[in-house]
Amino acid sequence: MEMKLITLKVNGRKHQLALPPNITLLRVLREHLNYVDVKNGCEKGDCGACTVLVNGKAVNSCLMLAWQADGADILTDTGLGTSQNPHPIQSAFAEAGAAQCGYCTPGMIMAAKALLDVNPHPNEAVIREAISGNLCRCTGYGQIVRAIQMAADRMEAEKAAPGGEA
Amino acid sequence: MKIQAKPLPPVQLPELRQVGKPVRRVDAMGKAVGTTRYAADMFMPNMLHTKVFRSRVPFARIRHLDVSKAASLPGVVCVLTAADLPTSVLVTDMPGQTGQQRRKGSDAHVLASDVVRFVGDPIALVAAETLAIAEQALELIEIDYEELPAVFDPLEAMKPGAPVIAAPDNIVARWKMRKGCTKTGMEAADLIVENTFNVPFVDHAYLEPEAGLAWLDDRDVLNIRVCTQVVEHFRSIALALGIPHNKLHIQGTMVGGGFGGKEDITVEIFIGLLALKTRRPVLMEYTREESIQAHSKRHPFVITHRTGVTYDGRITAAEIKMVANSGAYVYLSPYVLLYATGAATGPYRIDNVLIESVAVATNNPFTSAFRGFGVPQAAAAHEQQMDEIAKRLNMDPYELRVKNFLKTGDYSANQKITTAAWLEETASRVVEALGDKTPAQGPIKVGQGFASYMQSYGRITWFHDTSQAWVGLEMDGTVVVRSGIPDLGAGQISAVCQIASEVLGVPMENVVVYNTDSALTPLSGTTTATRQLYMSGNAVYMAANTVRGVLLDRASKHFEEPVENLDIANSCVFVKSESDQWISLPELAAKCAAEGMHLANLALFKAPFTSPIDPETGQGQIWPDFTFGAHGVEVAVDTETGEITLLKSVACHDVGRAVNPAAVEGQIEGGAVQGLGYALMEDVIVENGIIKTPSLSEYLIPTAVDVPKTKVIILESGTGLGPFGAKGIGEPSLTPAAPAVANAVANAIGARIYSLPLTPEKVLEAVARAKDPQDNATQ
Repeated sequence: MEMKLITLKVNGRKHQLALPPNITLLRVLREHLNYVDVKNGCEKGDCGACTVLVNGKAVNSCLMLAWQADGADILTDTGLGTSQNPHPIQSAFAEAGAAQCGYCTPGMIMAAKALLDVNPHPNEAVIREAISGNLCRCTGYGQIVRAIQMAADRMEAEKAAPGGEA
Repeated sequence: MKIQAKPLPPVQLPELRQVGKPVRRVDAMGKAVGTTRYAADMFMPNMLHTKVFRSRVPFARIRHLDVSKAASLPGVVCVLTAADLPTSVLVTDMPGQTGQQRRKGSDAHVLASDVVRFVGDPIALVAAETLAIAEQALELIEIDYEELPAVFDPLEAMKPGAPVIAAPDNIVARWKMRKGCTKTGMEAADLIVENTFNVPFVDHAYLEPEAGLAWLDDRDVLNIRVCTQVVEHFRSIALALGIPHNKLHIQGTMVGGGFGGKEDITVEIFIGLLALKTRRPVLMEYTREESIQAHSKRHPFVITHRTGVTYDGRITAAEIKMVANSGAYVYLSPYVLLYATGAATGPYRIDNVLIESVAVATNNPFTSAFRGFGVPQAAAAHEQQMDEIAKRLNMDPYELRVKNFLKTGDYSANQKITTAAWLEETASRVVEALGDKTPAQGPIKVGQGFASYMQSYGRITWFHDTSQAWVGLEMDGTVVVRSGIPDLGAGQISAVCQIASEVLGVPMENVVVYNTDSALTPLSGTTTATRQLYMSGNAVYMAANTVRGVLLDRASKHFEEPVENLDIANSCVFVKSESDQWISLPELAAKCAAEGMHLANLALFKAPFTSPIDPETGQGQIWPDFTFGAHGVEVAVDTETGEITLLKSVACHDVGRAVNPAAVEGQIEGGAVQGLGYALMEDVIVENGIIKTPSLSEYLIPTAVDVPKTKVIILESGTGLGPFGAKGIGEPSLTPAAPAVANAVANAIGARIYSLPLTPEKVLEAVARAKDPQDNATQ
């Protein structure tokens, strides 16, 4: 099969790989580059566990071919923060009980990030709509919605604080 | 009818430092930042990829199986069939029972050698250098079937002359519960109400498909890293692999959801066999489709209630028949059926009872454990029956229930209720919180409904269940807990961390729990049956308390104060009356160590041990205790399209004591939403043995826009058998939600739908029936 040399910038790190046309971004992230925080839940776009940001937009990485992401900026959950220095969405998820088994969590957090990047003050209905492509079997979604609201409030407060972006 | 919350009896709950606080779970941050490593997230050098070749027909004799082409494909390292196995015995009976005989006829095969009994029955295993090669090899396996007449409906499978899937008569289990005299009870009734209810196959649909990694180490110990609810399977896995128990090391991972679907053995034996054969690490990951095909389902049941009741609403007798579809293999069907049987009469005092239940083999996917373990099916029937009885009596459903609710000291269908039975307390709060009905608008009808339940926590008491935990204080004052507990995401590990932290007076961040390891952590039993907080919570409490005792004894000498005057908090032992008299745990640990005092303890907690029940009457203790509660919903039903919208959802449960109220709320809401899905959309459609809902595109579970926020009301009677008076809530939270929806829909449209899920088609059919009063006579 024809191989093509492509470049993926993942969490700020540049990777060059020779890949065939039929491999998905999900498999490259997990199996070639070992970004195993990107979860495989169905491989057909039903569950959202593999959600990553590609040039700022939330996509199911199982539905995107790696070639389509050539040159793109990709952000996964581990690129967002660490346990020592978590992103406000990550710390809100941890504190609000939004992660139970945790398998949907990295994808859910990326869906939340994509939402808050364009709409910093979403109401509950908008939040539910934004994460409706991400299945969670444990929480019943209530604590996830609360975590996203909490993160939105904190990010707003950070911006408003002296030295913040505003 | 306006219902007000029933005042609670006085309860004295001691104020504690850690327990009872809504703390951040210890596993939460790793999950949020994506560093938790699940079963499919570890790779090893020189690792092989694997696939399972499965039956595509529901019932057949294998005439011919040829794997030679697959085996000779470049990159294929090994193909195994039943002929290559040391023994093909797959234990499907209840795991982790010590000293119990396996039920006769409950063993299945690891790989089919002569007969396949369902679509998905495993036949051969492939290990290859890449996943693509392994997948290609599956296509090269040649098989020739002699198809056999199959049977899919349990009622058909029970008839004489039906195809035999489980010898001799397809009946894999039968239970009977009998007390009083139903004949007399029915005679005393003013009215007899009879209805039949159906519930479907349901899939667990955890987000993490089954996966595992197996490798042999330098001692020839076989290591299996796997997502499982049961590390005690190691004994059955060793049996199937033909290796000694002590040469098998199960390393359980954080589980990406279990709900009973990872209670049975999944990939362990397959990857064990391949690792032993190839002497290389092997990884197996199920696709979503394979996961849905390979693991158990919740049992479909047909349940008939015949209830005698007086005009003033007192139930005088109940005759109940249950038929469960066991699918192709036995697995946990006998026990699921027993749970359903014990729950058949619901949380009501009925003196004259006859319950007869049966589980029947068919050529369908096998059925086994699923959150609730038969009780959600039982509740779907008894709670709809209660509303139907109320309707016939022209009585409020709440009033009817209150007249019949069990009280502490009463007997359920089989055993005495010994702890608080807060049924009125929970139901009244649910009905009160639902409030006034949202007004209907044209074709949009609005209804409210609720359901009460009781559900056991802890395993069947004749299993003689135990749990072990080891707790030790390190020299720097930090604490180690070792316990085999699998964490499915419900916060099992965090809860025991909180308990150790409470007892030893150290902050939670100074406690680390090492868990889920068959060799390195003391076995603590299965994460099933809503038992871990009860069992392992108590074991951790006992072990920590012993260490606490050693510390206080030594500190008592140090301060020359009696132990009763001492306490531990903030990593210091202190004299309660004197704020300047304290010693830090590291200092105290040094003193203890210098004197050879043991700062660690291994504890074994035992549940009540009983003998099996009388098989003729079913009378006797089966469960340690019960959780009680209720769920209520308000729905809007579009009578033109059949669409149901959930407007309100309220859950109220007595959890005994909420060790972590935030985690309890999460359990309740999560369980409720699984129950709402059961009511509205979840249905594994199986036609002629073939699953027509093979992926999450067809098998729909609730999304964030399908359900409203569930209002959670937590009550704490403090009477549970768990640590600090806790009861279990994992399974119970699901049980009442589906019948609550069914009752609300019936309330909205004025007609009952007798089978779940409540699809738009069924709603429209019921709406049409409601319009025609002749058709709307009781079924």
